[in-house]
Amino acid sequence: MRSFEHVRAVDVASAVRAVAGDPEARFLAGGTNLVDHLKLGVARPRLLVDVRGLPLTEVEVADDGSGGTVLRVGANVSNSDLAAHPVVRRELPVVARALLSAASAQIRHQATTAGNLLQRTRCVYFQDVSTPCNKREPGTGCSAIEGYSRYNAILGASPSCVTVHPSDMAVALAAVDASVVTTGPGGERRIPVSELHRLPGDAPERDTVLEHGELITAVELPVSPAAQRSTYYKARDRASYAFALVSVAAGLDLDGDVVRDVRIAWGGVAHKPWRAARAEEALRGQRFTEEAVLAAVDEELGQAETTTGTAFKVPLVRNTTALVLGRLARDEGVER
Amino acid sequence: MPTVTFRVDGVAHTLDVDVRTTVLDLLREHLGVIAPKKGCDHGQCGSCTVLLDGRRHLTCLALAVSYDGAEVVTAAGLGEGHPDGLHPVADAFLRHDAFQCGYCTPGQVCSAVGMLDELKEGHPSHVTDDLGADVEPDDDELRERMSGNLCRCGAYVNILAAVRERARASDGADA
Repeated sequence: MRSFEHVRAVDVASAVRAVAGDPEARFLAGGTNLVDHLKLGVARPRLLVDVRGLPLTEVEVADDGSGGTVLRVGANVSNSDLAAHPVVRRELPVVARALLSAASAQIRHQATTAGNLLQRTRCVYFQDVSTPCNKREPGTGCSAIEGYSRYNAILGASPSCVTVHPSDMAVALAAVDASVVTTGPGGERRIPVSELHRLPGDAPERDTVLEHGELITAVELPVSPAAQRSTYYKARDRASYAFALVSVAAGLDLDGDVVRDVRIAWGGVAHKPWRAARAEEALRGQRFTEEAVLAAVDEELGQAETTTGTAFKVPLVRNTTALVLGRLARDEGVER
Repeated sequence: MPTVTFRVDGVAHTLDVDVRTTVLDLLREHLGVIAPKKGCDHGQCGSCTVLLDGRRHLTCLALAVSYDGAEVVTAAGLGEGHPDGLHPVADAFLRHDAFQCGYCTPGQVCSAVGMLDELKEGHPSHVTDDLGADVEPDDDELRERMSGNLCRCGAYVNILAAVRERARASDGADA
């Protein structure tokens, strides 16, 4: 492991200044991904600015300014505390379910809300410094295109990178229209979680739209009827402690048997949490039936590009989405 | 070299360490506290689990400089104040023959103690049906909650038996 300088941040402003001023500086929070990358040689920072001790640990229930409720979650709230929070469990079950499906209890205690969003791909080639990888070393090529492909993307990939984003929580956050609040060298801004992560294009080394030195200080979760009736389903090779092959975050608000609002976001299929906007659009205002769901999902999956290694993901995500929405409808008394 | 202070199994230590030192290496290589084990060293096996500031943590993914000031309890320190120096969870592991080679056991025991606390606090898990109800610690719950600790001897059946006994014990002795 290359050595580095470690400084403990005393406040947000000085932490941002310290990282922004050094191209080889990185923020360190829970460390569950970055410390592993230090060992593997995937990350070789000169300076680590440790934000773990910053008091960004509150979960506040606030008014959104127009009569609604928004949950403001500090960046350093642990994944376990967020999953166990009574308001998250009651009002945003998809978020609790996604968090609980991820990693192990030990890791959930250590990992933070912001760090979860900023974890990097588990692509085996990205994590193996002996192999070419455009994300780790731009311009070296992509080993995954011709290599081990079971975990590769089927939506929005590029000739530079075919990997997927590993976070479960990010998929749930995209589904409920969450935003991140950041402080960067240019000041504070809000970014919808669905716009935080990028598609790889020809710059797969950039996972997100954040500038160097821009720090996520909070995540805002709006409560909505579709978020209150939501859940998360993760298909994986083991029953626990494994990354998703595909996952579905879904929320459903019915008026009788007519879809008033529906949320569908997919994990394990793209370089970012994939909000299935076309499928949602096709379903809104329609009578809820399994046929309608499958037709809407097929519209979204028309854009999918697969290989022999990833072809299974299309029926898996299609049928999982129908299963999950069917369950949510049944909970509201509507049999497909 | 940075100076760090840790309280480990009730004893305070202050020492200089290379900035790259993990809490696991600090415990084992610098302090001679060898209850936590190095299995995978990448956060995948759970054998390095300790209670850090009261919660189960993986020490292999924690830099010592980042956790400066923490209170660590390892499997060796859990027995403090219990009859024969044996924590009820460790005692249950012995009685249920919940190990073969024993390498993962200190991590399993710390993890189980942390898990029982989480159950008492009402934390849900991935397999909890109703996120609003009290958790019933059935076998599915216990398996899921212990999934971060691997046992390559495959002693899971008896690990589950030991953990089940303590989860259903009402004597409060495991806190």
